Amino acid sequence: MLRSLHIAAKDLRTEFRTKQMLNSMVIFSVQVIVIFSISFGDLLGQKDIVDRLAPGVLWIAFIFAGTLGLSRSFASEIENGCLEGLKLCPVDRGAIYTGKTISNSLIMFAVEILTVPVLIVLFNYNIQNVAGLALIIILGTLGFITVGTLLSALTVNTRTREIMLPILLLPLVIPVIIPAIMATGKIMVEGDISDISSELRLLIVYDLIFFAVGHLIFEYTIQD
Amino acid sequence: MDPIISARGIQRSFGKHKALRNIDLEIKKGESVAIFGPNGAGKTTLLKVLSTIIMPTKGNVIVNGIDLRRDSSSVRELIGVISHQTYLYDGLTARENLRFFGKMYGMERSLLEERIRELLGHVGLLGRADDRVGAFSRGMKQRLSIARALVHRPEVLFMDEPYTGLDQRSAKAFENVLRALDKDKVTKIMVSHNIERAMQLCDRLIVMDRGEIVYDRMAKEIEGKEDFKLAYSSLICMDTDAEGVSNLW
Amino acid sequence: MFLDSKKEKMIAAVTGVVMLLAIWMVFFYLPEMRSGSGEILDSSFRIFYFHLPIAFTSYLAFFVVFIASICQLRRSSRKWDVVALSAAEVGVVFAFLVLVTGSIWAKATWGWYWIWEPRLTTSLVLLLVYLAYLMLRQAVEEPESRARIAAVFGIIGFVSVPLSFLSVRLWRSAHPLMFGGSTYGSSGGGLEGTSLQLTLLVNLIAFVLLFVTMVFYRIRNEEMKEEIDHMHISRY
Repeated sequence: MLRSLHIAAKDLRTEFRTKQMLNSMVIFSVQVIVIFSISFGDLLGQKDIVDRLAPGVLWIAFIFAGTLGLSRSFASEIENGCLEGLKLCPVDRGAIYTGKTISNSLIMFAVEILTVPVLIVLFNYNIQNVAGLALIIILGTLGFITVGTLLSALTVNTRTREIMLPILLLPLVIPVIIPAIMATGKIMVEGDISDISSELRLLIVYDLIFFAVGHLIFEYTIQD
Repeated sequence: MDPIISARGIQRSFGKHKALRNIDLEIKKGESVAIFGPNGAGKTTLLKVLSTIIMPTKGNVIVNGIDLRRDSSSVRELIGVISHQTYLYDGLTARENLRFFGKMYGMERSLLEERIRELLGHVGLLGRADDRVGAFSRGMKQRLSIARALVHRPEVLFMDEPYTGLDQRSAKAFENVLRALDKDKVTKIMVSHNIERAMQLCDRLIVMDRGEIVYDRMAKEIEGKEDFKLAYSSLICMDTDAEGVSNLW
Repeated sequence: MFLDSKKEKMIAAVTGVVMLLAIWMVFFYLPEMRSGSGEILDSSFRIFYFHLPIAFTSYLAFFVVFIASICQLRRSSRKWDVVALSAAEVGVVFAFLVLVTGSIWAKATWGWYWIWEPRLTTSLVLLLVYLAYLMLRQAVEEPESRARIAAVFGIIGFVSVPLSFLSVRLWRSAHPLMFGGSTYGSSGGGLEGTSLQLTLLVNLIAFVLLFVTMVFYRIRNEEMKEEIDHMHISRY
């Protein structure tokens, strides 16, 4: 566990020093929201329509930006053969997965914190229950990242990895996207935590199952 | 004395291609071994099997009494690897790289910092310790990767083409570091194309061809390097890999 | 690998016979359906006897991929990889047919080709997952790592299926309840009627047999491909 944290700290230190990934992810997710708000321009005055559109737009922006980040997550390990260097260390393969999942999630949270205000401004939206929204975003992101980290490692050695990752990832994260969007929608329209308990439960189940399975089979993704 | 590495009946295939056919190898503690052979002879694959990166299809390796199949993690604590890849993160500084890998080997903080200073001194990078590795020259990266491989004081050091990309100065530094390891009785195993250098550094020479060991002598038994070169060319089928042989000398 | 060609032909013949019987039963053996008020329903309901067995078979196919993937990772043998590939390919065809039969039926019953209904949507997600699986296989050239990488995705993909179902069900539900529901015209027998159950059972057996036959032929195909490759290699 300690070594997972070291791996995550290493990733975060590299990332926050250059902010290369972070910047492109934030800019991309903002662009997605801008494009949507332009294409729905006429509807943005109608509160009931915005309430139904905005959660979907928000999660699409997250998923797209996240996929962008994930496609680089293991690419940086492959440069200079670092992944092989890591495999040479007396570290459980699962710990590498855990470490990568932690760093990817934290980078994702940073992107999301910067994206949400943009949505609020461009969609003329207000959030009542900030804590509830944060909870949904954290649970949804964890689900997305647990699968994404595994697939990032899986696709890093394939031809056309930038294309393969989204193709593999999107159908697998449908079960996260649906409850996340539903819960976001409910919580934004004066919803209460108790209104979204079944969505939250599903997200938690998804997170746990995929983390457990990912942890178990990760070693096969980085074998030679 | 018990051998530190003993490999029995190692086979490894990639699909239908048999990279290692049947390797039996014993290496004593403190020995330094050079492995030669044409491209595709299985040298790198053997090194990868011995250093736990890939599992053998058949056979097993015992390192210092530890069964590689049972407890590869404990074996990893004993070995260090220098490859033609640097295994370094460009985004971290030299010191951070060594610190990260030291922590991965579970080293204690205060010991680690001292070790890092010592190693950076050995490879002549103390002055650049807090610069990002991405800005380093190829030779500097290579020197740092030597320090990286030694950070946890391994008992066995594997080297795959360590001279690739080393300039004169770095090669000197590298050889000094290697000689310094002798007093700790560190076992060294090197795959190389550079017969001249390897013969100076190593006391045992092995030649591989098509996944088998075809030659295995102590350096002192060999009359001179011309003698060895002659033996080498007679062992290797020239037509299979004329290029690989020609860049030996 | 599993069967010699004689047994393979036999199983193909049995499949053919059962399939014909199943089709005959759907069109000629089944009594007419009546709705609650006693009117005769149009015969669009008959497609149900294909739809359900096909859906079941596609789930079975992906379960086979899942099991073969686990076996592949435990003892990386070529055999399990071929099984996984064959089952996935046949499964994708069946998953596609689920959508086709489902849409035809939906059009006749509800007036739309597509409805976002849990089981139908899950089938769609399933199809997408296994299309991605086949894409992934194409993106890796080296056979050993292809087998390994595909197996990892085969496992994680299957795990996502029940979760997809749960989340889509949370989202919306309009699919007829399978048993005890009134959509099939309960007064006309529903699924309680013996003749209906028998027809369904025979169709189920027919489609499972069809799946088994297709997988065996696909495996055989792959073996022959390998033999040819081998002959090429030994010639040079």
